[in-house]
Amino acid sequence: MKRRDFLQKTSVATGALTLGGLGLQSFTTTSKTSKITILHTNDVHSHIDVFGPEDGRNANKGGVARRASLIESIRNENPNTLLLDAGDIFQGTPYFNYYGGELEFKLMSMLKYDASTIGNHDFDNGIDGLYAQLPHAKFDFICSNYDFSNTVMNMHVKPYRIFKKDNIKIGVFGLGIELDGLVDKNMYKETKYLDPIETAQEMTRILKDDETCDLIICLSHLGYDFRDNPNKISDLKLAAATKNIDLIIGGHTHTFLSKPTIVKNIEDKNMLVNQVGCYGINLGRIDFYFDSEKKITANGVAITV
Amino acid sequence: MTFKHLFFCLFLLFFFSCKETHLHLAKIEGKQISISDSISTDNDIEVFIKPYRTHIQKDLDSVLAYSADTYTKTDGDFNTAIGNFMADAVYNEANPIFKSRTGKNIDMVLLNHGGIRSIISKGNITTRTAFELMPFENSLLVVEMKGTQMDSLVAYLSKSKKAHPISKLKLIIDTDFNVIKATIDGKNIEDNNTYYVATNDYLYNGGDNMTFFKPNDGVHDLNYKVRNALIDNFKKVDTINPVKDDRFIQKNN
Repeated sequence: MKRRDFLQKTSVATGALTLGGLGLQSFTTTSKTSKITILHTNDVHSHIDVFGPEDGRNANKGGVARRASLIESIRNENPNTLLLDAGDIFQGTPYFNYYGGELEFKLMSMLKYDASTIGNHDFDNGIDGLYAQLPHAKFDFICSNYDFSNTVMNMHVKPYRIFKKDNIKIGVFGLGIELDGLVDKNMYKETKYLDPIETAQEMTRILKDDETCDLIICLSHLGYDFRDNPNKISDLKLAAATKNIDLIIGGHTHTFLSKPTIVKNIEDKNMLVNQVGCYGINLGRIDFYFDSEKKITANGVAITV
Repeated sequence: MTFKHLFFCLFLLFFFSCKETHLHLAKIEGKQISISDSISTDNDIEVFIKPYRTHIQKDLDSVLAYSADTYTKTDGDFNTAIGNFMADAVYNEANPIFKSRTGKNIDMVLLNHGGIRSIISKGNITTRTAFELMPFENSLLVVEMKGTQMDSLVAYLSKSKKAHPISKLKLIIDTDFNVIKATIDGKNIEDNNTYYVATNDYLYNGGDNMTFFKPNDGVHDLNYKVRNALIDNFKKVDTINPVKDDRFIQKNN
């Protein structure tokens, strides 16, 4: 730190302290380190209520009202929090059959979700059904590899978004699964699927090189891994074939992981792939710590999972 | 000291701090938090959900019909009372729609045994029963098939060893699972005739290995969900008492 800058900062800081008696402590900490918390869900599939006590697999788990209080307590602990979803918000309980996704979007807005990508089941009432519910969503839809330009969703889905939290620039882009063969063409209409790896390379170039993001997150509905179909693109494949992605938040395969997976990217640097099963019975939490000193080793940053 | 001044000071602090230090990613910690009963419930969210939940519960519990007995998909080898009910209900509800649009009649209905997702219990039938029986959003299609193609459909049924729900088709097989007789409306299937087969979009697209629907001479999407056909049928009838019959049987050689 230059001496003049130091003096300037000290004098202003002292001024603030004398005048207002306000958090000098917090200032000195934030100037040196910063912590970004990423919270995430995937494949909630209209599961709004807690599973009943009789449920064979998930008895007494999940529930949006519980998720809300958990998220609130984490936000109170760290206001620099982003809340993200990796798609398949729709389909799975009568809430969707009766209200077409209205309640799901309203609740996600109340929980202050920042963004979601789009899953194949989000087309279950057709692309028009998805479009019809957009007024209820106060969060962004991010998907970079669906070209919606000849559909009603045109201009309603962002290829990427940059969030700024505590001076950290967080770039988020999204990847959707190939719809052909999975969703009826009548449902997705003229939505065009673009290659996920090429799209990811383009997005990371924009977010890293042009926008100089400190953190890059991919919201993916590609699926964690397809062991019996080795040619199919998946989160693990995407992670290994790209660079500059710090975290892939996955969905689609309803994969329950005991902990987030550390994957070596194409530059042999460690990054994370995570997915938290389905039906809102888990919340993923990834904390990114930033420091003024450069501590990155040849393998990337230290990851504790 | 006004708040304005204070705010300005804080702004300066913020401004200088970001000019001076560039932060690097130093450490990542990841974990998963289980949403279990140890987490408290947010009351505002709960209050918001409640009217939606109440409405759905009320609607799902509304009584549509009465079931004379308990019916399950395991109570027959080649046809079952519950499957016959479903296929006949689809025929009865879908045929008037198809006829009004095309002037033609549906010749037969084919669903799949795996698509019977629950039992029908003796007593009141509610909207919930229809949701349990058919939780998926699949809708009905009518496929135009040549008689030659119908042979593949019949061959599939004869070898499947399952009571796939059918309506209007009559099928007799021998103990080697070869077709003895297959009739529609009392007549043998003719190679050059066109048949209108109602099924759902899942099966049409090859679900349950039903690969015989494609290619075809045409397909009509009824935009009518299987579940809604069942609900509409329940609303029309007072009591259901379907039986296992002779529509698909095996005969000794």
